[in-house]
Amino acid sequence: MARFGMAIDTVRCVGCTDCVIACKTENELPWGLCRDWIVTEATGAFPDTRLELRSERCNHCDRPPCVYCCPTGASHVEESGHLVQITKELCIGCKACLAACPYDARYVHPDGYADKCTFCVHRVEQGLPPACVAVCPTRCMHFGDLEDPHGEVSRLLASRRHHALQPGAGTGPRIFFLT
Amino acid sequence: MIEFTNTRANHLVDPFLQIWGWEIPAYLFLGGLVAGMMAIAGWFLFPDRHRRADSVMALLPGLGLVLLSLGMGALFLDLEHKPCVWRLYTTFQPTSPMSWGAWILVAAYPALLGALLLSVPAFLRERLPALAVFSDGLRARAPVVRGIATANLGLGGLLGIYTGILLSALGARPLWNSAVLGPLFLASGLSSAASLAHLVTRDRSESELLARADSRFLQAEIVLLALFLIGLTSATQVHIRAAGLLLGGPFTAMFWVGVVGLGIAMPLFIQALAVSHRIRHTPVAPLLALAGGLLLRFVIVHAGQLSRWGPV
Repeated sequence: MARFGMAIDTVRCVGCTDCVIACKTENELPWGLCRDWIVTEATGAFPDTRLELRSERCNHCDRPPCVYCCPTGASHVEESGHLVQITKELCIGCKACLAACPYDARYVHPDGYADKCTFCVHRVEQGLPPACVAVCPTRCMHFGDLEDPHGEVSRLLASRRHHALQPGAGTGPRIFFLT
Repeated sequence: MIEFTNTRANHLVDPFLQIWGWEIPAYLFLGGLVAGMMAIAGWFLFPDRHRRADSVMALLPGLGLVLLSLGMGALFLDLEHKPCVWRLYTTFQPTSPMSWGAWILVAAYPALLGALLLSVPAFLRERLPALAVFSDGLRARAPVVRGIATANLGLGGLLGIYTGILLSALGARPLWNSAVLGPLFLASGLSSAASLAHLVTRDRSESELLARADSRFLQAEIVLLALFLIGLTSATQVHIRAAGLLLGGPFTAMFWVGVVGLGIAMPLFIQALAVSHRIRHTPVAPLLALAGGLLLRFVIVHAGQLSRWGPV
């Protein structure tokens, strides 16, 4: 059973926001809202400074608190690919999932339901990568099955230093940032 | 030095979470208040207080039904996808406190209705003789009275604790991530209910009893608030930072002056004087305790939305 995840090379990312635009276009997102975004993190003091650019989105966690707290089952884990998805017809807009997500990856769609990154499941089902991965001009984003030890993502994670976001939250995020 | 730039600007999420306005704190307060009223109603049913015309039992269940409906109304107003609200009752999600709460709220209605039927107010007894006959029939059956009393006590306890667990289960908000929040909201709900019952009762002995009970609940609230803060300040960095919202941060004055000072310490002091017969019972202490209970929910809900795991 596939378990999709991402490895994003922060060394190659230039923060161009092409991934953000691609997502908004592909998924026809409402004005002013986004499912992925760029974070610029500058640390240290001159001359020992460091800059990390990250393309962030829903982490499709292994232990998703948004799914556990959903009172109607609208937020669920799909068996194929272990992806966290939302059935908008079941969502009552209680916003518990927004409060439960340590990454603040969700928002309320103007139509009233919770919305977030789907890993472009409609493209993945056709064997295509998510829109953000497909358009990245520096090829810094890699999408694949974390259960496949010979897959590109698994090989990158085995060979490169990487970190996930807020590991202390205990949600088991499946997006890894290569450093 | 750490500096963050985030290009995201999602409504209600950025720059900080602000998904819940006045509706959820109001719902949590009313839910806790009704939970306390159910517990008190259950407690009063055992010594047959429902048979006394001047007992507060004649008012508690009816008032509870109205307040519970108002609370559920506030919850409904908060929903972003209102036409789908019925979906709550087509499933039961055991890992979701909100799903538990939805079903507990539904179960609370027949329990309160049962208590109401046992203690039909005098004005209704006069206008609806058939209801009075039915009520007397129920009262004559001791197992029915015991069953309704137990249901009110049990469901009241569950409902009161649920209002806190609803928040404490959301681990992404470190301020809420405390197991003490359930018992704290239960104690606060019991205090609010004792205060409300104290305000409306016409029986002097009940006044005395409810003031004494309220003092115990307020004392428990102080202990639980202390445990809540000790738990946060002795946990991880994100929890310490979250506790800082109440200990020097933007909610400090509202929490210490409003909730602890005027909402707990002051009514506790006034009740202590009243129950030792140094001053007369007045509505001041119960009103302060009720306002304190409401403010506690507002402070915890709004401060909690400011607390987070990620960078501030």
